[in-house]
Amino acid sequence: MRKTCLEMVHKLAQKDERIFFIGSDLGIGTLDEFKKEIPERFFMEGVSEANIIGMAAGMALEGKIPYVNTIATFITRRCFEQLVLDLCLQNVNVRLIGNGGGLVYAPLGPTHLAIEDIAILRSLPNMTILVPADANEMRKMMPETVNHPGPIYIRIAKGGDAIVTDERPFEIGKVFPMKEGKEALIVTTGVILGKALKAADILKKEGIETAVLHCPTIKPLDSETILEYAKNTKVIVTAEEHSIIGGLGSAVAEILLEANFDSKKRFKRIGIPDCFADQYGSQESLMNYYGLKEEKIVTTIKSLHAAS
Amino acid sequence: MDSTLPKKIGLDQRSIALRKEMIQIVAESRRGHLASALSCMEILRVLYDDILNYKAEEPRWPKRDRLIFSKGHGCLALYALLADKGFFSRAELFKFCKSDGILGGHPEYGKVPGVEASTGSLGHGLPIGIGMAIHAKYEKANHRVFVILSDGETNEGSVWEAALCATKHKLDNLILLVDYNKQQSYGYNKDVLNLEPFADKWKSFGFAVTEVNGHDVQALKSILKKTPLETNKPTTIICHTIKGKGISFAEENLEWHHKAKISEEEVQLLMKALENKSHA
Repeated sequence: MRKTCLEMVHKLAQKDERIFFIGSDLGIGTLDEFKKEIPERFFMEGVSEANIIGMAAGMALEGKIPYVNTIATFITRRCFEQLVLDLCLQNVNVRLIGNGGGLVYAPLGPTHLAIEDIAILRSLPNMTILVPADANEMRKMMPETVNHPGPIYIRIAKGGDAIVTDERPFEIGKVFPMKEGKEALIVTTGVILGKALKAADILKKEGIETAVLHCPTIKPLDSETILEYAKNTKVIVTAEEHSIIGGLGSAVAEILLEANFDSKKRFKRIGIPDCFADQYGSQESLMNYYGLKEEKIVTTIKSLHAAS
Repeated sequence: MDSTLPKKIGLDQRSIALRKEMIQIVAESRRGHLASALSCMEILRVLYDDILNYKAEEPRWPKRDRLIFSKGHGCLALYALLADKGFFSRAELFKFCKSDGILGGHPEYGKVPGVEASTGSLGHGLPIGIGMAIHAKYEKANHRVFVILSDGETNEGSVWEAALCATKHKLDNLILLVDYNKQQSYGYNKDVLNLEPFADKWKSFGFAVTEVNGHDVQALKSILKKTPLETNKPTTIICHTIKGKGISFAEENLEWHHKAKISEEEVQLLMKALENKSHA
């Protein structure tokens, strides 16, 4: 997914001279072809995120479209005020590419785990948040980021993630229904989509027809589609590789409560609990540790379904 | 330290008139970082009167020089000059910080004609200026980017990240002016977070550096006309100034860094202090 994202930046830059690339201190060889071909629009500026975001804002104020790439924690937390003021307040067309969203950097520990990135960015006016599920979706999504107004955060997963999306055209701000079902609903985003689809298959075999909604755009959230699906079901579960505070689960909870449905609903968020990781291991092992797996989605839905 | 303080220099009629305009704004709003605005008045005046290329009637004219007022809290001085030059009507000045006005306690891009970037939180203007200066080089455009920083602002790490970047890219189209009035909110720089040896720091980061009395209109003009001081290097002009310059009882008086409740009596005193200067 990361490779596809950067290849797409190169490809888009070949066609559009407004596109610049700025990295911090990325791995050697990153976008070498871009650098060779368009050196005047390739920047590698060192471990200086505050400066890089301001610099990107300055370019964007002049009409350019900088794509800025570094590790997700550092592009969100380290330079948060630059994101708020330089990008969002001025509403400029800067694209942030955050490597390793969620638990990807599990072996490196809590300093590198971006599990609150969506929560903090979701609170910023004008910010768009994109969380694709796989490389296929990334390929469809990137061209849509060029002319979209205002700043965009693109959350990148580990890479080599299973392809679970289809060929429907990508549209920023739209939910993608992936499975239909009247008994339960899973609302998910990013690579957890794969687990949600597997969970829905298991539930179907057990007689619980479960719909799956994939939300690659978390902000602006396609509330209309989510509520349309939520209206006709009794059980709603969100699943995401993010803290249960402030992410997709919170966003869905907010709109569900304000919808004031007449019928009773059962609702549960599945995500990373409110804690710093106390284990290393791998992304997959930490996901299992925190219950981000299809079995947990299945048991959660079954118990809510039984209680409904 | 004292040797670097500017010699007392008299203010001419234009400098006094611009100050009176600021006091008029304060008389309406009863608030503002007046002392910080008074210290950078001549820096702004010389830039707008003699150095910058711009068209007030076309604030986004592509060939304009960009001025980023990174010490956004001193915006009373910027607003007085932008109104004087016709970027917006003088009547707007008297809606400073009011709900129906465009001029806030810190300047905002998109709201105020002539304001290139939203500033007020310190340490943001220089990185934005670098982006603009790189863009100008990329476009092979001749316009330049001027960034006005406060001294306290250089406490921020982002300023020094940006300084490394500016020299890396040999941005000789980037001119920094530091309003070095030696004071910040809590007290003297030397007590809060000492900046000295200040010029040496900028030199060691690769800037061409000079120092000037920031209230000496002729000296400022002369130095700015010589910029860039060196090709392939960004320039830093350390402007030695006096906080509260022109109002005897506000000069170097920490109580005047930011006043939220300026009384009618104080407004009268401010105006009287300037009247005395006019007749001196």
